Amino acid sequence: MRMDKKIRMKARKVEFFYGTTQILHGIDLDIFENNVTAIIGPSGCGKSTFIRLLNRMHELVPSARLKGEITLDGKSITSADVDPVEIRRKVGMVFQKPNPFPKSIFENVAYGLEVNGVKDRHFIEDRVVSSLKKAALWQEVEKRLHDSALSLSGGQQQRLCIARCLAIEPEVILFDEPCASLDPISTHKVEELILELKKDYTIVIVTHNMQQAARVSDHTGFFYMGKLVEFGRTEDMFTRPREKRTEDYITGRFG
Amino acid sequence: MQRRHKEKLIELIFLFNGVLVVLVLAGIFLLLLKNALPAFKEVSVVHFLTKPIWNPDAYDQATYGLLPMLVSTLMVTLGSLVVAIPLGVGTAAYLSDVASPRVREIAKPVVEILAGIPSVVVGFLGIVLLGPVISKLTGSYNGLNALNGSILLAVMALPTIISLSEDALASVPRAYEEASLALGANRWETVLRVKIPAAASGILAACMLGMGRAIGETMTVLMATGNAAEFPRSFLGPVKTMTSTIAIELGEVAYYTTHFHMLFAVGLMLFIITFIINLCADMIFHRHTRGLA
Ligand SMILES: Nc1ncnc2c1ncn2[C@@H]1O[C@H](COP(=O)(O)OP(=O)(O)OP(=O)(O)O)[C@@H](O)[C@H]1O
Ligand SMILES: [Mg+2]
Repeated sequence: MRMDKKIRMKARKVEFFYGTTQILHGIDLDIFENNVTAIIGPSGCGKSTFIRLLNRMHELVPSARLKGEITLDGKSITSADVDPVEIRRKVGMVFQKPNPFPKSIFENVAYGLEVNGVKDRHFIEDRVVSSLKKAALWQEVEKRLHDSALSLSGGQQQRLCIARCLAIEPEVILFDEPCASLDPISTHKVEELILELKKDYTIVIVTHNMQQAARVSDHTGFFYMGKLVEFGRTEDMFTRPREKRTEDYITGRFG
Repeated sequence: MQRRHKEKLIELIFLFNGVLVVLVLAGIFLLLLKNALPAFKEVSVVHFLTKPIWNPDAYDQATYGLLPMLVSTLMVTLGSLVVAIPLGVGTAAYLSDVASPRVREIAKPVVEILAGIPSVVVGFLGIVLLGPVISKLTGSYNGLNALNGSILLAVMALPTIISLSEDALASVPRAYEEASLALGANRWETVLRVKIPAAASGILAACMLGMGRAIGETMTVLMATGNAAEFPRSFLGPVKTMTSTIAIELGEVAYYTTHFHMLFAVGLMLFIITFIINLCADMIFHRHTRGLA
């Protein structure tokens, strides 16, 4: 067995509510450094809800209420005295639907740096280029950096969103079904990218695609009705799941 | 069958309304034109558009230059926009994105009430409240000047600008907001750098409508701007706008004189200016709503 890596994020006894409706029940989950952690489970089981807790995006919903603790490098990110802005700089997010700003390609990538107080134009330019390269988009947009981001294809837009996220050099990147609106070729590109990125980043990815989870992830968590049913190494989970429900879901018997 | 008839009827009513509005507009335009045209038998259009003096009661030769009042109107209007746009858009941004739901609940009706204050009351406040303050701060005679008018008109244009800008901001896709916040921007950065640019055309339309209101507003400026019939020199001097001129002079002028017809010519200009502004606002607004769909 491979040496277990360092744990970057931890969820402990996480209970989550929208108003009075409980969405998540007692989630305990570890996210390992330089690993891809896949979150799978049927629609509505709370996958998006869970990963949005990891960078406090859940706070955009006024009725959201969280119990339990989530830590990054041992420090709580959920206590009231922690600035969510601080957390989001360290824990970036790529959304299900590509959502570039209606600005130029360049401005999209530069945005995160600018709002984080970077003034040096040279630094910004260099970082934009390197982020686009890391996101495997540079060759396609090199000559049109100042065109509107909305003129890109869906797959390109999603890679732009990844570049935009990389530009602020987060430590953890959350992907919520990043390939859900992409064609197979773009999906393949994004998957390769994720495998490349895990060398430098810690990654969490929500996916409905079992093959994708198997292809890209090191650990997998199976959510069902707001509970974490099973969590473990992806190989183990896909070859000999401990729980009957996990097996049924993975083999497509329900969900 | 029944329902179809009903829909047909409703459609007809709307069509009728639409036609009626167009007819009334055309009627007003024609009436102004008919009453304005005789003026240009005696005074040339060039005279009207270029003479820097408006003095219908001159002893020897009356002059009918539009410029002093046109400049006055533009000064007061633009002055009001300089105050109202940053304030209005800023308030809209605050209300839509930063304020707590409780603050929003209180502020919205207040803004609406502001829109309902009669212009006489605003003008009155200009005379008894704002005038003395301006006078004290700037040393100008009684504080009844272009600055006073600008500020009052800004107050009157604010509700339009605030509520329409807020609507425009609300129609910005939530995904932009989430993307911005997820990149570590705070709420102010998000609304200023992402949402306002995305809602720019809607906000522009809101400002144009606010401006349309300011240009046509009469009572307030009449009361607050001093109404000196001279070429305006500064914001601290009295000005007499197009609307004030019409309101003041039309009551005393002898009918069917050149002066009388000239006032209609001024009204016609005002009509054309506001019409163009509203048309632009409308076009921008429609492009905006279509652009987002
Ligand atoms: N803003 C909200 N207010 C109230 N309930 C919500 C809100 N967002 C999500 N929910 C509820 O929380 C539950 C979990 O939703 P969530 O989006 O996390 O599911 P998911 O596992 O991501 O599903 P999918 O695979 O379809 O994306 C659902 O029952 C959903 O209806
Ligand atoms: Mg989801």
